[in-house]
Amino acid sequence: MMLARTADNLYWIARYMERAENLARMLRVTDRLSLMPSGADADGSEWHSTVIVSGAEEDFYRKYDEATPENVISYLAFDMENPSSIRSCIETARRNARAVRTALTTEQWECLNSAWLELPRWNETRVRGSGLHRFLDWVKDCSLLFTGGTVATMLRRDSYYFTRLGTFIERSDNTARILDVKYHVLLPEHAEVGGGIDYYQWASILRAVSGYRSYNAVYKEGLKPWLIAEFLVMREEMPRSLIGCAAEVKECLDKLGEEYGQRHECHRVAGQIYSRLRFGKVEDIFRQGLHEFLSEHIETNDRLGLEISRSYLLG
Amino acid sequence: MAHAIFDEMGGPGGDVRQAYRKLQSWLEETPLDILTLRREEAETFFRRIGITFAVYGEGGDPERIIPFDIIPRIIEAAEWKLISEGLMQRVRALNAFIADVYGAQEILRAGLVPRDQVLLNDTYRYQMQGVSVPHNVYTHIAGIDMVRVGAEDFYVLEDNCRTPSGVSYMLENREITMRLFPDLFSRYNVAPVDHYCDELMRTLASVAPRNCPGEPTVVVLTPGIYNSAYYEHSFLADQMGVELVEGPDLYVMDDIVYMRTTQGPKRVDVIYRRVDDEFLDPLTFKPDSVLGVAGLMNAYRAGNVNLTNAVGAGIADDKAIYTYVPKMVEFYLGEKPILKNVPTWRCSEKDDAAYVLEHLAELVVKEVHGSGGYGMLVGPKSTKEEIEAFGVRVKAAPDKYIAQPTLALSTCPTFVDEGVAPRHVDLRPFILSGADIRVVPGGLTRVAMREGSLVVNSSQGGGTKDTWVLKDRGA
Repeated sequence: MMLARTADNLYWIARYMERAENLARMLRVTDRLSLMPSGADADGSEWHSTVIVSGAEEDFYRKYDEATPENVISYLAFDMENPSSIRSCIETARRNARAVRTALTTEQWECLNSAWLELPRWNETRVRGSGLHRFLDWVKDCSLLFTGGTVATMLRRDSYYFTRLGTFIERSDNTARILDVKYHVLLPEHAEVGGGIDYYQWASILRAVSGYRSYNAVYKEGLKPWLIAEFLVMREEMPRSLIGCAAEVKECLDKLGEEYGQRHECHRVAGQIYSRLRFGKVEDIFRQGLHEFLSEHIETNDRLGLEISRSYLLG
Repeated sequence: MAHAIFDEMGGPGGDVRQAYRKLQSWLEETPLDILTLRREEAETFFRRIGITFAVYGEGGDPERIIPFDIIPRIIEAAEWKLISEGLMQRVRALNAFIADVYGAQEILRAGLVPRDQVLLNDTYRYQMQGVSVPHNVYTHIAGIDMVRVGAEDFYVLEDNCRTPSGVSYMLENREITMRLFPDLFSRYNVAPVDHYCDELMRTLASVAPRNCPGEPTVVVLTPGIYNSAYYEHSFLADQMGVELVEGPDLYVMDDIVYMRTTQGPKRVDVIYRRVDDEFLDPLTFKPDSVLGVAGLMNAYRAGNVNLTNAVGAGIADDKAIYTYVPKMVEFYLGEKPILKNVPTWRCSEKDDAAYVLEHLAELVVKEVHGSGGYGMLVGPKSTKEEIEAFGVRVKAAPDKYIAQPTLALSTCPTFVDEGVAPRHVDLRPFILSGADIRVVPGGLTRVAMREGSLVVNSSQGGGTKDTWVLKDRGA
């Protein structure tokens, strides 16, 4: 048993850190793509699509006319008006952490506090040129340190499971978005991945979820959109796949159910999400339409988040 | 009291005092750049774990760290014996006084403390009249500010009976000293302070309401992360292994206090509250307070929850009431006070006010309800203009002021920009009262970092030191 507010804070600390990491991953891949010699894509549409993936399209275009690299980096990395910018995420995570210090291990706290202390040193000027990659690596490191610190130091009881829930609910959402938007922008048909730009773009999806080398290790038959989708949706051994996240979420909720001796609506929803992925067939997903499938997943995942709040976090 | 300044290391004649000899030789053999390095390490440590303190209204870094002076202050076993006995005696008397004020009011009837000084005091809470609290204890955690002016001359400067802070510094300072200077630490036989939080927990559990069904549920109530002492609140909750709650985490139903948990409501028995009286319950006190819990006072008065420190405990630490504490010791305990009070002029009394106004330049004048070093005049350290301006304020509202002679606070070697030099210090030990009374051997030593300054408050740029109480066979 723990304070509902504390559980809520832990859950959101993990979500914000995961979100910061995913943003960093996306920006990194986008920057990489924009360096590719390209014909059709010289219009910089990869920056536009990154804004869409981040879910901030409307607010971004209210502020800017054009998705230039500078605008996108400024908005997604540093803008405090954007509640989901990397800076906002780290600020919020640390503020939440300060409010629940007693529930965090020293390692977790020091990781969040150091990130926050270091944050003011990064700004638009410092990330010009090669500075961008140093910054994005740093963000990713902070998040990995937090996640690693959580797994390595936190007592396995409710507070741990709420933290982990935050990580996987957020990650599931992010992976779905990356796949969805890129899929749309890139290649709506079941075509083979051609050479050149196609190849880089599909590879970029995998890189955004640290799955490029893993994919090759699993499939050994080159990049195919079909397989990439299968890899990111239904392969449980892929830690950022939808089913990978769903399995972790289900596990955390089961543990909470055991500890508290009570199950809620969130358990049912989590079970439903998991079994759909576990027993579904990739052919069916493509028949339904990958975009439709992913939109539905994002929506159900949101609902699961709400159910978790309702069952535990509101007190 | 025209003492020469007493230096804790040098003593009166300039001979290094016994307890400081090893420190002295250690200082001699340690180069200054090592000290500088250690000081930087200490600062990094404090920042990293986030021991910060907010200073209000000055802009700049909102999460400032209090300067930590790396040179410890040392108190000998025999000195501590006297101090701690004096402290326990004093706190017993203070608790007896508060219980009396909200009970039979015998001390008022005996005429030892003027009725108006108590009943018209801003800190008096009529809502507590006739309410009984477990073990008759009101100030469960007291911080008594003391100064030393000579080898055997300790004075109490101020009693803090409401929500004294600083104990986390006592503990973290020890932690960092042991980390930075293991060699020096091991040369001494220093009494440990680490068990403070266990003692605190035991004290809080011992004052659970009589109708508490089982093992009491204790929580720490904080105003939240923007409070200047938030770090301490979270530190104490953490060390005791209890929940750190904010007002909205609690609610009252049928005069019982519950906290909102992941498994629904959970009954709360003891609240170590670090929220001031006026903000505790919007139904009883400030109606616009969002820091408190509606209905808390009813639950408290019904005996279903205990609050530490008790509501209304501030009546005992008011600066005007302070002057009566030695009398309280005699009245309630029938003992002679071990610790001395600083002679104090109450400007509410005509003769005293006249004397104070004539001698402003020599005196320290304080607001009766002020704290944290705000709103005070240190005569000998002030300009003519400042003194005149302050005089006008005293004349306008004499009741609001008391005055004391400027004490020659003892000094202690301190590592400052110029090297190791004497700086003035005070001492705040913490006394725990529940079913019984105890003091952990140590306290918070505050040090005025500027040369000659007598203001040690952290809000005024004061720093802190680790305080070593030696065990009997030490030194």
